Amino acid sequence: MQSLDALQSELLAKIAAADTEAALDAIRIDALGKKGVISEQLKSLGAMPAEERKSFGAQVNAVKQQVSDALSEKATILARAALDAKLASEAVDVTLPVPSASQGRFHPLSRTIEEITAIFADMGFSVAEGPDVESDYYNFTALNIPPEHPARQEHDTFYLKADETGARPVLRTQTSPVQIRTMEANEPPIRIIAPGRTYRSDHDATHSPMFHQCEGLVIGTDIHMGHLKGCLIEFCKAFFGVDELPVRFRPSFFPFTEPSAEVDIGCSRKDGGLKIGAGDDWLEILGSGMVHPTVLANCGYDPEKVQGFAFGMGIERLAMLKYGIPDLRTFYETDLRWMRHYGFMGHDVPALHTGIVG
Amino acid sequence: MKFTWNWLQDHLETSHSLDEILEILPMIGLEVEEVDNPAMRLAAFTVAEITSAERHPNADKLQVCQVNTGTETIQIVCGAPNARQGLKTVLAVPGTHIPGLDITIKEGEIRGETSCGMLCSASELGISEDHDGIMELPADAVVGTAAAQAAGIDDIMIEIAITPNRGDCLGVRGVARDLAAAGYGTLKPLDFSDEEGSFESTISWAVETDDAAACPIVTGRMFRGIENKPSPAWMQQRLTAIGQRPIDVLVDITNYVMFDIGRPLHAYDADKIAGDRLVIRNAKDGESLTALNEKTYDLDNEMIVICDENGPDDIAGVMGGDRTGVSESTTNMFLEIAIFDPIAVALTGRKLNLNSDARYRFERGLDTDGPTAFSGYIARMVKQLTGAEASHIVTAGAGVPTQDPIAFAPSGVKSLTGVDVPEARMKEILEILGFGVDTTDAASWQVTPPSWRPDIHGKADIIEEIIRIHGYEHLPMLSLPRDEMIAKPSVSKLQRRTNYLRRALVARDYVEAVTFSFMKDEDAVLFGGGDEALRLANPISADLNMMRPTILPNLLQATGRNLRRGSTDLSFFEIGPVFHGVPADQQFHICCGVRQGRGRVADWRHSNEMVSVYDAKADLLNALSAIGVSVDNLQITNEAPDYYHPGRSGALMQGRTILGYFGEIHPSIAKHFDVKGACVGFELFFQRVPTPKDKGPAKPLLALNALQALSRDFAFVVDKTVTADALMRAVKAGGKPFVSSVNIFDVYEGDKMEDGKKSVAITVTIQPQKATLVDAEIVQISDKIIASVAKNCGGVIRG
Repeated sequence: MQSLDALQSELLAKIAAADTEAALDAIRIDALGKKGVISEQLKSLGAMPAEERKSFGAQVNAVKQQVSDALSEKATILARAALDAKLASEAVDVTLPVPSASQGRFHPLSRTIEEITAIFADMGFSVAEGPDVESDYYNFTALNIPPEHPARQEHDTFYLKADETGARPVLRTQTSPVQIRTMEANEPPIRIIAPGRTYRSDHDATHSPMFHQCEGLVIGTDIHMGHLKGCLIEFCKAFFGVDELPVRFRPSFFPFTEPSAEVDIGCSRKDGGLKIGAGDDWLEILGSGMVHPTVLANCGYDPEKVQGFAFGMGIERLAMLKYGIPDLRTFYETDLRWMRHYGFMGHDVPALHTGIVG
Repeated sequence: MKFTWNWLQDHLETSHSLDEILEILPMIGLEVEEVDNPAMRLAAFTVAEITSAERHPNADKLQVCQVNTGTETIQIVCGAPNARQGLKTVLAVPGTHIPGLDITIKEGEIRGETSCGMLCSASELGISEDHDGIMELPADAVVGTAAAQAAGIDDIMIEIAITPNRGDCLGVRGVARDLAAAGYGTLKPLDFSDEEGSFESTISWAVETDDAAACPIVTGRMFRGIENKPSPAWMQQRLTAIGQRPIDVLVDITNYVMFDIGRPLHAYDADKIAGDRLVIRNAKDGESLTALNEKTYDLDNEMIVICDENGPDDIAGVMGGDRTGVSESTTNMFLEIAIFDPIAVALTGRKLNLNSDARYRFERGLDTDGPTAFSGYIARMVKQLTGAEASHIVTAGAGVPTQDPIAFAPSGVKSLTGVDVPEARMKEILEILGFGVDTTDAASWQVTPPSWRPDIHGKADIIEEIIRIHGYEHLPMLSLPRDEMIAKPSVSKLQRRTNYLRRALVARDYVEAVTFSFMKDEDAVLFGGGDEALRLANPISADLNMMRPTILPNLLQATGRNLRRGSTDLSFFEIGPVFHGVPADQQFHICCGVRQGRGRVADWRHSNEMVSVYDAKADLLNALSAIGVSVDNLQITNEAPDYYHPGRSGALMQGRTILGYFGEIHPSIAKHFDVKGACVGFELFFQRVPTPKDKGPAKPLLALNALQALSRDFAFVVDKTVTADALMRAVKAGGKPFVSSVNIFDVYEGDKMEDGKKSVAITVTIQPQKATLVDAEIVQISDKIIASVAKNCGGVIRG
């Protein structure tokens, strides 16, 4: 019979040489199975005298422990190797492309309207609305533009067909009719803005038959032109994100305000580019003025008791200046390439606390 | 309004420089649009003298000229017939850009003769249309000096924009008066004294208008013994500088006076007037006349005309007639100075679509005293420039009464503008502007507007005059008072829907569009629109002549356009107005989306998944939940409009209200818009969604069931016509109250199924209510579900 030492050495060598989990398992059965060589050794204990049995038994158990430990150690190594092999076989090409950015885009116009709204919200304004197809009264007459007024000719108004009474609805040429609707429906104090679509029958490189304006109206008992100036300067600085923005007020004329003012902001032009901020030139960006007493009276207010200011700005113009968009007509073309470039991503929602400067 | 720097100084005594004047003009409301300095623009052109002009040896119509430039004599080949020895003319040396030809002169050879420059015509300098020959400069012009100065064209032209209320600034004198008020000089006095005539006019006025206010006053004078020659050089140069073409002295005087003091005139050839009266009356329907522009206009009873015995030959305030107008042979003239109702002039001009410088001024309001006040001034100018004799003045009408004084509280300036203007300065400004100011009552002045300011009606106008001239730079800068430290939201809950929808759709890879509110009428009809009440009377093009009934066509058009440009797999949405009628409640905002192809950038992981009706449905439901609609309670019908695929579209209803449509776009519609590939869309009428009650920000308490839910899968075989909705309702009804959700995970209609049948696989989540369910109870629930499907949908469990 083989010595226990030889047996142990032989088994340990076999375990060391096993290269698959199956081969290892076969060794385990050969050694420790019911009929395994170590089990056979243990069976022979019964026929031994007690003294010999004790010492031999201890020797056999020591061998069994050694083999068993070796088997378990080897099993761990083989399992690890098998997993490594499996994972290696699962490798993929990680350079295959995946969609990297959200594809949705906000239009620069809706973005700009949200920015304007956020700024005026902080000054206590709320948003008012009115219809796009307006009556002649709201678009002109109530705003102190009687039918024969020369200002009407400058509006290039779109008319719809006259109804049975001969009245011709118009596509509103300005957002100012919302002033009238708001004053008719509310008592002072009033602080509203009204962004929306406006229409004029003009189509060339710098005019579109449809464009957007934002109207503003503040009515109270002691609102004067200094508030108009402060409000609009604060707006311009916040909107363009330029603290030292020069803002200039110039006398002008609008039938529904008196005194009236155009507002210019400072800019500089260099190499065909335009930079908003302190510079040697001015850019006209909005019209404004104290609400005309006739307009207040048309809305049922007493011009001796209330006064206030109104303003109107072109939203496309603001967006073009702020975001460097060169061509007005491209706003309405829905060109995917343009939208990818000038549009805004979904996470980028303007708010005063996160900033509104693009 | 154009004028020149020298012209302004005829009226304004000023020590201020041109630059200072240009800077202050916009600050008092006169926006500078253009400044043209011809001396600078034409600096490269100099005076030269032709010392000899010989026939070109090789060309009949060319001459070879020797030209003294002041420093040397050069040879120039010239084709102008008036090139001759001794002529002082305009020289451009090689390297000079010729504005009228847009070329740069080079030294060269013309038919074998060297030519070292160019002798220029007025049109080549870009200063007039005269190209009859090279310019002829005065004999005393100094060779080698600037040509612009020698030609008298070095006056600087200034163009300002005049707002519609400032008719008084449509003459140079009005501009000068504003500058004087602003402290930039003093208004020079002009001699507006009367001029006695030396004979009786043989023509008189008769005003017979229906409404006396149509012509409150008209004056006239006859001038005899006129020599109608070209006007003097200074007048021609000024007219040319502001873009007016000099004609002859009579026409030039009427133009000059119009731009000088803002007073349009009309000159008749007295010998062409039939009879001895000019009658101002309403035109008769059917009358017509040929105006000075040689076009014929049909008149109606609302238009005011001026007639002689042969009928109308002047459209009052708009344009004179051809028949009685002055010409170069005129020797006797009758000159009209009238006031016509500005509204009547505006309406007539608009009706006839006839614009003129006169109409522009009449409708903005003239100096109502002009017919009498300017008569002497104008008569002296005519006499001086034409050698004529003037008649006594003939007048009809009482004139326009002086405006009543306006009560004006000086304290109003501070309360409306926030600026403290010293009262003395207020008075000074008003008086320089021509207002009468009576300060007897210190708290309420009596202020009378001058006759040239018909735009001044009330105290707000007076405050505007004061603050405009005093300067807006004095306005204080005040923040609006805050009602609360934290501003309230500026948009209402209804308005906020627009923001939510926009964000929800952008998150689903939609790109936002902004398209026109009008479209081609034929397209509108395809989408249920085309109401004649919504047709534009004056569309900008036939493609944009009808208000849109929905936004789908705009998005489909945009999709087609992008496909043609090579972009594919598109998703566009727009939130904007649509029009079902003129009343305000028939104009509302909707949200529309269109997807094409894959709907988003191609991804190799699912390369062939094209959009289907279910994408449109998912978009619509997602958008609805974004605005707080609980979509589980909506009903779905297949009654979408016919621009959708009839079998692959649906309507979402809340009770009887249609909240939206979704579906594949009808193939013939898609083809109409050139859209290839899969194409789906949705329309969401979000303004129809009722506003939920305000329950405050707190959410209801969460009651979680501690008992574990379990799920069971079923596969039912049903007729193909059985809807998923019906099947799911049957499952829910059968498993009440334990079924907490039903989810369809497979629909099979393949060839392993019997004809007309389909298999629908469902996962049912069963939520124990009070105690854990034992197996027998679960079996019981399953049986009830199966029985309900059998009863309500005719379905059986798939074997």
